[in-house]
Amino acid sequence: MSVIIILIAFSILIAGGFLLAFLWSVRNGQYEDDYTPSVRMLFDDPPPSKEDLNPSSNHQTNP
Amino acid sequence: MAEQDLAEKHITTCYHCGETCDQQIIANDKSFCCEGCKQVFLLLNEHDLCTYYDLDKTPGMQAKGRFASGRFQYLEDPLVSGKLTRFTDGTQTHVNFHLPQMHCASCIWLLENLHRINPAVISSQVNFQRKEVFIRFNPQEISLRKVVELLAFIGYEPYISLQENEARKAISPNRKYVYRIGVAGFCFGNIMMLSFPEYFSSGNIQEQDLKQVFSYLNLALSLPVLFFGASEFFVSAWKGLRQKWLNIDAPIALAILVAFGRSVYEILSGTGPGYLDSMSGIVFFMLIGRWFQNLTYDSFSFDRDYKSYFPLGVTVIRDDGSEENIPVAKLEKGNRIRVRNEEMIPADAVLMGGDAQVDYSFVSGENQPVEKRKGDLIYAGGKQMGAAIELEVVHPASQSYITQLWNNDIFRQGKNADKSFIHPWSRYFTYVLFSIALAAGIYWQIQDPARVWPVITSVLIVACPCSLLLSATFTYGNMVRIFGRNKLYLKNASVIEMMAKIDTIVFDKTGTLTQHHVPSVQYEGTGLEEREKALIRSVSSQSAHPLSRMIARSLEQEQGPAIPVSQYREFAGQGVEAQVDRSLVRLGSAGFISTGAGLPAPARDTGSHIYVSIDGQLKGNFSIRNEYRPGVAQMASELRADGYQLHLLSGDHDQERRNLQAIFGPESPMQFQQNPQQKLDYIESLQEQGRKVLMMGDGLNDAGALRQSQVGVAVSDNTNLFTPASDAILDGRETRQFGRMLRFARSGKTIVTLSFILSILYNFVGLGFATQGLLSPLVAAILMPASSISIVIFVTLATNWAAKRKGLV
Repeated sequence: MSVIIILIAFSILIAGGFLLAFLWSVRNGQYEDDYTPSVRMLFDDPPPSKEDLNPSSNHQTNP
Repeated sequence: MAEQDLAEKHITTCYHCGETCDQQIIANDKSFCCEGCKQVFLLLNEHDLCTYYDLDKTPGMQAKGRFASGRFQYLEDPLVSGKLTRFTDGTQTHVNFHLPQMHCASCIWLLENLHRINPAVISSQVNFQRKEVFIRFNPQEISLRKVVELLAFIGYEPYISLQENEARKAISPNRKYVYRIGVAGFCFGNIMMLSFPEYFSSGNIQEQDLKQVFSYLNLALSLPVLFFGASEFFVSAWKGLRQKWLNIDAPIALAILVAFGRSVYEILSGTGPGYLDSMSGIVFFMLIGRWFQNLTYDSFSFDRDYKSYFPLGVTVIRDDGSEENIPVAKLEKGNRIRVRNEEMIPADAVLMGGDAQVDYSFVSGENQPVEKRKGDLIYAGGKQMGAAIELEVVHPASQSYITQLWNNDIFRQGKNADKSFIHPWSRYFTYVLFSIALAAGIYWQIQDPARVWPVITSVLIVACPCSLLLSATFTYGNMVRIFGRNKLYLKNASVIEMMAKIDTIVFDKTGTLTQHHVPSVQYEGTGLEEREKALIRSVSSQSAHPLSRMIARSLEQEQGPAIPVSQYREFAGQGVEAQVDRSLVRLGSAGFISTGAGLPAPARDTGSHIYVSIDGQLKGNFSIRNEYRPGVAQMASELRADGYQLHLLSGDHDQERRNLQAIFGPESPMQFQQNPQQKLDYIESLQEQGRKVLMMGDGLNDAGALRQSQVGVAVSDNTNLFTPASDAILDGRETRQFGRMLRFARSGKTIVTLSFILSILYNFVGLGFATQGLLSPLVAAILMPASSISIVIFVTLATNWAAKRKGLV
């Protein structure tokens, strides 16, 4: 049962690694702008241009 | 009933920027106010970017006069562009621009789609909160100058500052919270996990060693929470203590310390598992609550936005000599401006021409005008007394600076001092809270000692003085913004409280109830020669008085440059005189012009008469027909229905008495031919009777009366005029709404009271549960920020709803 100590020690270590990753990402500026992404994701993609709409228009119609 | 309301003119607004269109400029079935706006629209249309107009209403910026392309030539210099670019390797250049004009989703969309306008722009990313855009472009296909020109063209001219040591912005406060929330969350989660054995075995862990290990691990994990996560509560409480005052963070800091201290004691002495899960949970949730609060406050921001500032205007002289009126916010360094008599100098500028006599009473309280010479720097806030002067702007203007001056102490003397909106009870709040906590602690120590500490911590946390601190600020702050949208610009939020208290309204006539159009100017008397007309035009264009400006505009067709005037003097309420081209010209009321020779009796019409004499000889008079503003009669009847006593004070003769009596009702007192001092005395006498007076005037010759009354409202058609003696400035077009605005102001009081009651209720319920031990500290930690957020939301929604109900925008 005392092996649980080792298990806990490891899991805390790994969790600590994630914490460090989190701290790094904050430092890296990924949390700088928390407003614009919320607006940005609502924008539509530009409408497809005419060439993409009718790929078959270039084919000749065969009787 | 003499209804003089004009029929509503059909007003078109620009599709791009929303300003009213004076000219007919049309493209694709849409009207625009100027060529510039139309050009931007065509550009966007050409590149299929009209979604810009779909995302937000009229998102464009008015484009007048922005395309002098020589302006950005300096960006071609590699030294300069080197300073601005972040990175370049020949195929890609990175640059960061600050665009203060960004204000909506459309802006973000357009700026991130720049590459569709010009493919040489590779990509652009917006950071809306910082109002910055990060652009990557191909330097081989487009230069930095052209990128900036493109941005300026679509209305987002970057603010370019070449200062070397631009201080890097301090770490945003958000980031501080994110770090702490991350660490606190990590520790909280792990502490809870390590506390599972405790929970599941209800305290009966078989293996004592393991129990010890878990407890000590918990202790270790709680340290970062205490020292890092909770630091801000401690610091704030300590600061308050040093001022000998307990602020709202004091109970929270105490709760955390109590939980931690007790837990340490229990763990080290082996008497129990401690409350570290509660403690770290408290910190975690309180931090989230704070962070969220800040977010909410920012988005409901009770600070003024650009629409709540009086749109102070200034006359700019273009390179070709033409004059144009633009909002002060668009002034740029290097602009030439003309400032007339009684107009305020809106930005730090260098004197280029004219006799400057600057009155700084607005800024320093000194009434004595300061004489300035050509080349002197004149600071913003001064008022020109005398003939018009020409200046070159050195420093852009700031609306908030001007509003700050407006709130200057000088004008507060005699009026209710601007009081803070923190309720007097908030001082006692924390003391009351501590006594409740103490009492509960003692009670439970007797009844069931195990409950003591959880109860104390819950009590300390759940109580929220939020309404005492926040509701008035947020209510009135939001109302200032709503008023701004409806074109009533307030000096500060305490004006609203005063507006709710008044019971008497005094109106001025000329310029307040009446408006003037050029077509209504007529001249009668000896015919004027070309030269004489030019003289009159020169003199009257020096003055900012609406009647003088009308005369000047009506004579505008005369060709020829304005002749410089000297020894210009303006007599408030009476007239102006000046020496022009060796002649003495005087314009003014009959009394002013009295030359001894009998004056022709004024024609019995509804007009104001401005007599003109040149070199002592009376020439004739300009009669300017009175036109009442649309909706005045309705406004008056609304006010009477609400129980206000209405008075009229006019400097004009009593031609209009019958019409006005009909509008205001037979019981309203009217006085005519009042000079500024008499108006002031009248207001004073009303106040001595115990009445609370609101005065509505044009701000020019009733400054004293405006200042004397409890609330002074200056009605303005002319954005060049800024009346510091007033407490509020109303756009002349919106005068008809005034009754509704007063009703709205009154509803503010109700809303504050309601939110106060709401918060008291919440506190009672919360404390009720907490003292009985039914509320766990964890839940209390969630409820506290939730309650303050809910108060803010309630107050904001209530004011918006009230505005809609009263018919405001």
